[in-house]
Amino acid sequence: MLRYTLGRLLSAIPVLLVVSLVSFAIIALVPGDMASEMAGPSATAEELQRLRVQLGLDKPILQRMVEWYGALLRGDLGESVLLRRSVTDAILERLPVTLGLTFLALVFAIVLGVLAGMVAAVRPNSWTDQGVMALALVGLSLPDFWLGLVFIWGFAVQLGWLPTGGYVPFGEDPLGWLRSMAMPAGALALTQMGLLARMTRASMLDVLRQDYVRTARAKGLPGWVVVFRHAGANVLVPVITVAGVSVGILLGGAVVIEQVFSLPGVGRLIIGAIQRRDYPVIQGGLLLTATIFVLVNLAVDLLYAAVDPRVRYGR
Amino acid sequence: MAAEAVAGEAAAPRRAGVVVRALGHRGVLIGLALFGAVVLIALFADWIAPHDPVRNNFRYRLGAPNDIHWLGTDRFGRDILSRIIHGTRVSLRIGLMVVVTTGVLGALLGAMAGYFRALDGPIMRVMDGLMAFPGILLAVSLAAALGPSETNAAIALTVAYTPRTARIVRASVLVVREMEYVEAARALGAGHAHILFRHILPNSLTPLVVQSTYIFALSILAEAVLSFIGVGPPPPTPSLGSVIADGRDYMLEAPWISLFPGLAIAVTVLGLNLLGDGLRDVLDPRMKVEMR
Repeated sequence: MLRYTLGRLLSAIPVLLVVSLVSFAIIALVPGDMASEMAGPSATAEELQRLRVQLGLDKPILQRMVEWYGALLRGDLGESVLLRRSVTDAILERLPVTLGLTFLALVFAIVLGVLAGMVAAVRPNSWTDQGVMALALVGLSLPDFWLGLVFIWGFAVQLGWLPTGGYVPFGEDPLGWLRSMAMPAGALALTQMGLLARMTRASMLDVLRQDYVRTARAKGLPGWVVVFRHAGANVLVPVITVAGVSVGILLGGAVVIEQVFSLPGVGRLIIGAIQRRDYPVIQGGLLLTATIFVLVNLAVDLLYAAVDPRVRYGR
Repeated sequence: MAAEAVAGEAAAPRRAGVVVRALGHRGVLIGLALFGAVVLIALFADWIAPHDPVRNNFRYRLGAPNDIHWLGTDRFGRDILSRIIHGTRVSLRIGLMVVVTTGVLGALLGAMAGYFRALDGPIMRVMDGLMAFPGILLAVSLAAALGPSETNAAIALTVAYTPRTARIVRASVLVVREMEYVEAARALGAGHAHILFRHILPNSLTPLVVQSTYIFALSILAEAVLSFIGVGPPPPTPSLGSVIADGRDYMLEAPWISLFPGLAIAVTVLGLNLLGDGLRDVLDPRMKVEMR
């Protein structure tokens, strides 16, 4: 396990290197003079010069890169031009909102997706199976941000059950938090629910064909005991991997959903920065989100190896 | 007669069988019907759209659906149905660009990584690095940095989705290059380029066809996000995402602005997903329902 863990940790290094390079390069892609674009047409020559110095645009790109990496190693992502404060602080302050949203969406997606997949797999090709799978396919064909708007229209405007937006911190009022998060997390979860349901069904059909499941049935155990006790654990192994990938998709989706529901998370920070050309924030947000995603997948892989010895010795 | 038919069938390449089987697949048929309808609407948008999609008409601001404007109007009095019809054109154009570029780039990178051992590490590490970003976030940031335009949206999505195609092609090249006919070609003295492009690549592309269908679907969803945020094709181009964004602040008094274009996206993407699932069943029955 130690060897596997070390190997897996080492393999994350090149990935993080590419991630940081891409995040750095994003700024270099901006066509024309970035400073004048950020400052707007009314800026004076001195203002432009000050901005160039602040962004480091007066230095050659290699020197900028070395300085950027140096600062990065100290946890410093630079200064936001608009907020006039450290990007790291601005992101960390908003991170709990985004992580909470992603986590709740993941819980919705896993619980409902796995359940739906199991229900579908118990009677393959039955009406239930086809109905559930059709729903899953429709679910993963919907744009999540649009679904958010539909929820607002349905649950908030028409029915008045939930607030149209706004954020209540979990620490202040857990129930209020859930009320403010239910619609965005639900909209976000739906596509992943569809994917997980399909994955669970496939994995379940695979496991139900195994000999030990047949033995359990032959012993005369009731169907639900076989499905949940015997098949359950093995079905979940591939599902965990997919869930790890889902975290990344959910994190990306959260960026947009936060905008729809006016949630003060990292996504809203990034989109605001995009609309006002605050490049250090875009850069930092991109880097941090990708790093979280890499770490989650690392954790998933290690968890996987801990549960299933075949993974450790397989490769 | 019967003998002729049999002879014809035997002489026809295997591909004909695949097409026939595909057309007998319920999912493929429904998917083709949905997606085909959208393609036709986009192709003939100028004739089908009842109004000019960018003409303002302030007398009909935020008008509810009626018999002149079937799906209502937005805050400038522009006809929603016409904007959706023209918007599908933008979506499909970007989707097609992304499918072609990710397909070509993915095939080249995947083939080189799978065939030349020395290139495998470097190419795939870069792909892993790109895959480490949430795709939509990478695309949004790139599109923002490059500036809002249709081409830049396509470039951004290509960067985000090429790792998928490269991975898939590499995996199948790894299998195909061990085949006996490849060994035979090598024994006959064929060069790397000949082996790679004449023998390995053509036999490694089946999974790419399926994946391309999904990438088309993903690109349409992602393009909607880009335009919704304001880094897609600039206004007044009627893109489906920007029409949804136009209606965002009017969910109370004019929900039709945002609701209908989302349905258009859903129908298009559903068609492509059905097509992809069906093609996967037909082309490779062994492939399981996997993550896309």
